[in-house]
Amino acid sequence: MALRFSKLAFSVLAILFLVAPLIAILPLAFTSSVILTYPIPSWSMRWFTELFTADAWRRAIVNSLIIGTGTTLLATVLGTAASLGLRNRLVFFRGTFRTLFLLPMVVPAVVLGVGMQVLLARFGLTNSYAGVIIAHTVVAVPFVVVSVTGALAGIDERVELAAESLGAPPATVFRRVTLPLALPGVLSGAVLAFATSLDEVVLTLFVAGPNQRTLARQMFSSIRENISPAIAAAAFLFIAATIAIGLIVVLSRSVLAKRRAPVH
Amino acid sequence: MRRRRSFLLPGGEKVAEGRMRGPALCPTARAREPLLAEFIRFDRITKFYGPLCVVENLDLGIGKGEFVSLLGPSGSGKTTLLMMLAGFEQPTSGTILVDGQAVNDVPTHKRDMGVVFQSYALFPHMTVGENIAFPLEMRGLGKAEIADRVTRALDMVQLSAMRERRPAQLSGGQQQRVALARALVFEPRVVLMDEPLGALDKQLREQMQLDIRDLHRRLGLTIVFVTHDQSEALTMSDRVAVFNKGKIEQIGTPRQVYDEPATRFVAEFIGETNLIEGVVARISGGEAAVRLASGAEIVSAVSGGVAEGATVYLSVRPERIELAEARNAAHNCLETEVTDSVYQGDHLRVELAAGSHPLIAKLGRRSREFEPGTKVFAAFSAGDCRVIAPPDGQRQAAAS
Repeated sequence: MALRFSKLAFSVLAILFLVAPLIAILPLAFTSSVILTYPIPSWSMRWFTELFTADAWRRAIVNSLIIGTGTTLLATVLGTAASLGLRNRLVFFRGTFRTLFLLPMVVPAVVLGVGMQVLLARFGLTNSYAGVIIAHTVVAVPFVVVSVTGALAGIDERVELAAESLGAPPATVFRRVTLPLALPGVLSGAVLAFATSLDEVVLTLFVAGPNQRTLARQMFSSIRENISPAIAAAAFLFIAATIAIGLIVVLSRSVLAKRRAPVH
Repeated sequence: MRRRRSFLLPGGEKVAEGRMRGPALCPTARAREPLLAEFIRFDRITKFYGPLCVVENLDLGIGKGEFVSLLGPSGSGKTTLLMMLAGFEQPTSGTILVDGQAVNDVPTHKRDMGVVFQSYALFPHMTVGENIAFPLEMRGLGKAEIADRVTRALDMVQLSAMRERRPAQLSGGQQQRVALARALVFEPRVVLMDEPLGALDKQLREQMQLDIRDLHRRLGLTIVFVTHDQSEALTMSDRVAVFNKGKIEQIGTPRQVYDEPATRFVAEFIGETNLIEGVVARISGGEAAVRLASGAEIVSAVSGGVAEGATVYLSVRPERIELAEARNAAHNCLETEVTDSVYQGDHLRVELAAGSHPLIAKLGRRSREFEPGTKVFAAFSAGDCRVIAPPDGQRQAAAS
């Protein structure tokens, strides 16, 4: 009984530890005060209004959406292609390649950022959307690879062989069988890529110019300049968007799964 | 007469009606003779996986409309051969011919062969109807015709009610019937089956065996069927090719491979047998006299390739042995002692010792019981006994 109680207490503490920062910041989004601090004098939506009307914040939100969408598309296509390629047993050094694709996950972002800046400068891509999208894609691809590789591993290879024997050329097998079956993995990979791009700060600091200031970057700089509760409002937006995306993924996956779930 | 309910035709009485009406539906009317026209030929096929040789210089011809089983233990190369015919694998050397054309370089999707896998391999994201429509769509058929042919295919396997279900909502047997319908609906040149019944329980498996055999006869399909189950191969096939270590040990009708095994492997792999070692003393007129270690002499049928003085095995099927109290001059007789006797419902299994050599006899249900220790004569005719050259000896070219 004592053990059970201490287990419970430990779990509660661990969860608190994880969500405490969120609990600290979220109520401040609704403060009427002009500084980001407790106590909250009264509730107000003024900082959300600020977020959507102040030029800097509005541009940051639009930039985040542009870069996030670009990154999602590029990373999903590249990551899915890589996963498909890594599936082929005939590829030499398959394990090595898989590790290489996952490397950006563990390489320090600062190192990547410096390298990226030097490289992009050579191609004249610094201070451009393309540059930021490329940089974000590098760190987003591993998430897509992991997610899609997992989905592909769940496909019985014989299903694809059967499709081929029934008269489907390789491209059709991919379009009609492989891709639909891997779709849940591709979808969650895409969502992870978008989320990665959304909160990526370090790389953005290195490669983005003033015109590509993203929401995360804007939060970072404004917390140093003026401690405006607009930051808390932006944070609230982030959380809401993340939860919404998460829900979409969970729902779409369960719909896809239901379609082929065993009944017995 | 009670007929088993077949999934091939709706309703038992219709089956009976069909059987009476058309000669095509009557099993005895179909030519059981060896192939008239060779349709598939494996010409000196060799397949290596790295340093491992899975199929070795193999020749095999399959006739149009023939049901050939590739039978062997796992790792004997039978599935690899099937995968090469389907185009999933490439032979390291040799040529595969279908209808006179080399197909080595023809990709799978252009080979026009229906494949049925043990794991069913249905498309989990499509309904049963969509699964069966898939090969028809690939062939660019019109919507109306596809719908019509899917309906007929579903009727054929008695799954019309399941058209809108997903594969995961069906039982194993139902899934395999969908896989079968999908592999047949586009009327392929050949149907390849890779242990299709392996995942089903015994009763369902036996039902499906008879159903597939019926289907083969009704539609005149050419079927290549891979199995490791010898009774399945014997039940269904026109001919059985027995595989061992990448080679065909023997190919023949079920009766031939069972009654006239060419090698020790075939004799032991198909059914149960008694193997007795001896030396050929004389050969005359298709019969050989073989002297056993005990000094007894046994007369056996022999089919060439064995020389006088050679050490050979004699193969005698347990059900061909009769137990007699007195010596019978017309038969081979071995003096034996009963060591054990087990009643097994449909037969009585008696274990004997001929000197130090163990023998097994399966006796009919009406046979009397034998107490352990009883002295009896194990009698069998020369025709119920085969001479098998040991592998290192002058083995006859059984595979060709």
